[in-house]
Amino acid sequence: MTPRDFPLIFEHSVPGRIAAALPEAGVPDVSLEEIIAPRLLRREPAALPEVSELDLVRHYTRLSQRNYAIDVGFYPLGSCTMKYNPKVNEDAARLPGFARLHPNTPLALAQGALELLWRLEQMLCEISGMDRVTFQPAAGAHGEMTALMMIRAYHRERGERRTRVIVPDSAHGTNPASAAMCGFTVTTVASDARGNIDVAALRGAVDDSVAALMLTNPNTLGLFEERVVEVAEIVHAAGALMYLDGANFNAMLGVTRPGDQGFDVMHMNVHKTFSTPHGGGGPGGGPVAVKRRLEPYLPAPTVDRDGERFILQHDRPKSIGRVRAFAGNFGIFVRAYAYLCAYGPLLRQVSEAAVLNANYLLARLRPHFDLPYDRVCMHEFVLSGRRQKAQHGVRTLDIAKRLLDYGFHAPTIYFPLIVDEAIMIEPTETESRQTLDAFATALIRVAEECATNPEIVRSAPHHTPVRRLDEVSAARHPNLRWRPPVPTAGGVSAGED
Amino acid sequence: MTHGEGWQAHKYLPLTAAERDEMLKVIGRASVEELWAEIPAAVRLRRPLALPPALTDADLLAHLRELADRNGHADRFACFLGGGAYDHVIPSVVWHLAGRAEFYTAYTPYQAELMQGELQATYEYQSMVCELTAMDVANASMYDGASALGEAAVMARDLTDRSQVVVSSAVHPHAREVLRTYTQHLGITVEDVPHQAGRTTVDAIRAAIGSGTAAVIIQSPNVFGCIEDGEGLAQAAHDAGALLVVSISDPLSLGLLQPPGAYGADIVTGEGQPLGNHLSFGGPYLGMLATRAAFVRRMPGRLVGVTTDRDGRRGFVLTLQTREQHIRREKATSNICTNEALNALAAGIYMAALGRQGIRRVAEVCARRAHYARERLRTIPGVRAAFDAPVFHEFALRLPVAPETLNARLAERGILGGLPLGEWYPDLADGWLVCVTEARTRAQIDTLVAATAEAVRA
Repeated sequence: MTPRDFPLIFEHSVPGRIAAALPEAGVPDVSLEEIIAPRLLRREPAALPEVSELDLVRHYTRLSQRNYAIDVGFYPLGSCTMKYNPKVNEDAARLPGFARLHPNTPLALAQGALELLWRLEQMLCEISGMDRVTFQPAAGAHGEMTALMMIRAYHRERGERRTRVIVPDSAHGTNPASAAMCGFTVTTVASDARGNIDVAALRGAVDDSVAALMLTNPNTLGLFEERVVEVAEIVHAAGALMYLDGANFNAMLGVTRPGDQGFDVMHMNVHKTFSTPHGGGGPGGGPVAVKRRLEPYLPAPTVDRDGERFILQHDRPKSIGRVRAFAGNFGIFVRAYAYLCAYGPLLRQVSEAAVLNANYLLARLRPHFDLPYDRVCMHEFVLSGRRQKAQHGVRTLDIAKRLLDYGFHAPTIYFPLIVDEAIMIEPTETESRQTLDAFATALIRVAEECATNPEIVRSAPHHTPVRRLDEVSAARHPNLRWRPPVPTAGGVSAGED
Repeated sequence: MTHGEGWQAHKYLPLTAAERDEMLKVIGRASVEELWAEIPAAVRLRRPLALPPALTDADLLAHLRELADRNGHADRFACFLGGGAYDHVIPSVVWHLAGRAEFYTAYTPYQAELMQGELQATYEYQSMVCELTAMDVANASMYDGASALGEAAVMARDLTDRSQVVVSSAVHPHAREVLRTYTQHLGITVEDVPHQAGRTTVDAIRAAIGSGTAAVIIQSPNVFGCIEDGEGLAQAAHDAGALLVVSISDPLSLGLLQPPGAYGADIVTGEGQPLGNHLSFGGPYLGMLATRAAFVRRMPGRLVGVTTDRDGRRGFVLTLQTREQHIRREKATSNICTNEALNALAAGIYMAALGRQGIRRVAEVCARRAHYARERLRTIPGVRAAFDAPVFHEFALRLPVAPETLNARLAERGILGGLPLGEWYPDLADGWLVCVTEARTRAQIDTLVAATAEAVRA
């Protein structure tokens, strides 16, 4: 640590300090060794930090100030749907009847929790046009894996051995990774000149060895798959199933439903579409919704209604099994339920505003960047920084870093992979026109700087807590943990390795 | 509201109807409807969504309170339930800090220069998990303990190029189910080794493993609360060239018990909920995963590492990302992307609040109170310990009445009794798994004992 470094919590540590009030055992004293054999006991205490409560509060408060968040400013990360996370939802999740409910509580004493999940399932079915939902998957990728396993079980029961999954070249990396975790091989299909999945290529790729097509709609270019109905017919005609990566569900709430588009199964990211906070990387929620024909394979248990009672139904003989312990990220689903209750049928206006905001921002930025696929966008759009790279030697990474100096989070960059120097922007519906204008002004100014002062862009950021970080050396010489200082002849040496 | 034409004010939607019209003008469209032109008419929804009418905040909270109040939560009942989720005291400071909006409304730290807070906190969390487990390296988090165990099995297969895993039947049944789900399509076979008298024996493990065994999987303390002979089981696994994977159901136990790294574990997974996270009916929880330095490149999940900025200052970045799905796609070590970062943050704050002395002290209070409860309960006529092995804060008893019946009686007295074991272990239909943490007072324990004695007698 140098004087200019922000200290680690370990570097605040002073032996003997503590930030918790500890109880006495308060039961008749017995020697510990009588309870647990000495050889099973820990010999060296864990070198956890020793700090006072105020030390702890200041450390983490200051760390929070070295963060960027929706509550701080605009977060136009494409494909991430960084919308406002309502406060009342946090209050709801913290009600003791939810937050303090043990997952092994007898079901008779957990009826309120089960009813909430049951009601949320009805809502998600209506919005998606599907028939049943599992709440076990903890995130989108977890939902993908769950869905693909159900697809495998479906084909197996029909006596078919289908080994391939088709994924467009614009797909999220989780799609092929999830397919691999389910033992499928991945066939990549190209996109056409309009940014849709190439239907001719799809036809060529589909045969009776294909289990499913994994499609994102709107796709990662922010474009609606115009031929989705035809695509579904091709896939179904070959006996395969249609899987929707629901990452972009925010574009179509109340406007069009995946179940009506021909999808058999989808996951939803409640931490995108339904406003649950992303928590700096998680927790999320990745419920999977299915059409009736996949229902038998849902992970057990499901939340079922039995007359006036709600139960966890374990009797699912064809189930793929559990994908996590207990009933899913319940606290996240409380928030999602509260969110849907706050909108009701007005939910459609969420998508209308999200799509309007995206098209407006696109109109403002279009003169200043290349736009590889020039169509009406949905909730997001993808620009290319290739002009800036070719003419001024400024990469998209530099543009992203320079935006940080203007007080904005950067868009998603270098994704989707099919767009050179991609800049993927998703404003969401919760941003005002004034915010969109301020962001457009900043990004246009950066585009101008690429011509007038490229060095200031290439060397950005300049006004963040730290400047451009060396990722190459981080990977080459991994230092993934603090280590306690070790005494040396000349004193104490720093413990980092 | 007429469908498709109404535009209502809503507190989460800032665009006014006037702004909407101005913006449409800028993009050269006459109406919002025109934005849907590329959606085939056949799949457009021509009716309003059939959702319950919108609620105001007051009505919403009233509705949710009504649902919440129907639940028998751990503030209303003295909770002696464990079995994979544990009711520990959460210091107020934990969620006052983890609940800061700068943390919880942030995304994954993709722009490192703007996200040093999240990245540093994750690095600190990784470091504390390493200290607690005595392992070299820990990741930024997995979904939960059970899915972390599933991933560990895949990791062991990749590391050993062997395809069988052997799992003790004293590992939590949910974790074993998830293990099977995760491995079922990857050519990995899972063999259960029955526990003997509540523990996993070295002999049974030696009999079950061979040259095809990638990993021996145990949980300690196990599902019955019994502390396993980690050293002997590690030796047995290593003698056969297999890895030892240890699942930890309550990391606080490591304040008192020998950490897996000290007895030779190769991969440690764990459920991090007990470290400052709410019970929350099963989630969001926190999967922990730690391993040896040599195995880091086969690890699933995100890792934060130290680097420097161009001025030479220390900084933190996501690193070794070539393991991950967004780079390696189908060749990634896992498909995981979103993890449980906020729960890991809370766990880090919790561990720092307790510190080096506090974590041992809390663990010791758990063990002493559990011991007291176990000794008192087994004096009740007809009640006996299911197993004699040493335990941490959870223990199995056998009852002279059906556990469900007893629990119903206890619920009338404001007590959430132990977990009936029959559903998981049919040969333990009279088994009752009682958990006593530092959150249970002596008075609550004494009430449990008295109420149990009365109910058993009746």
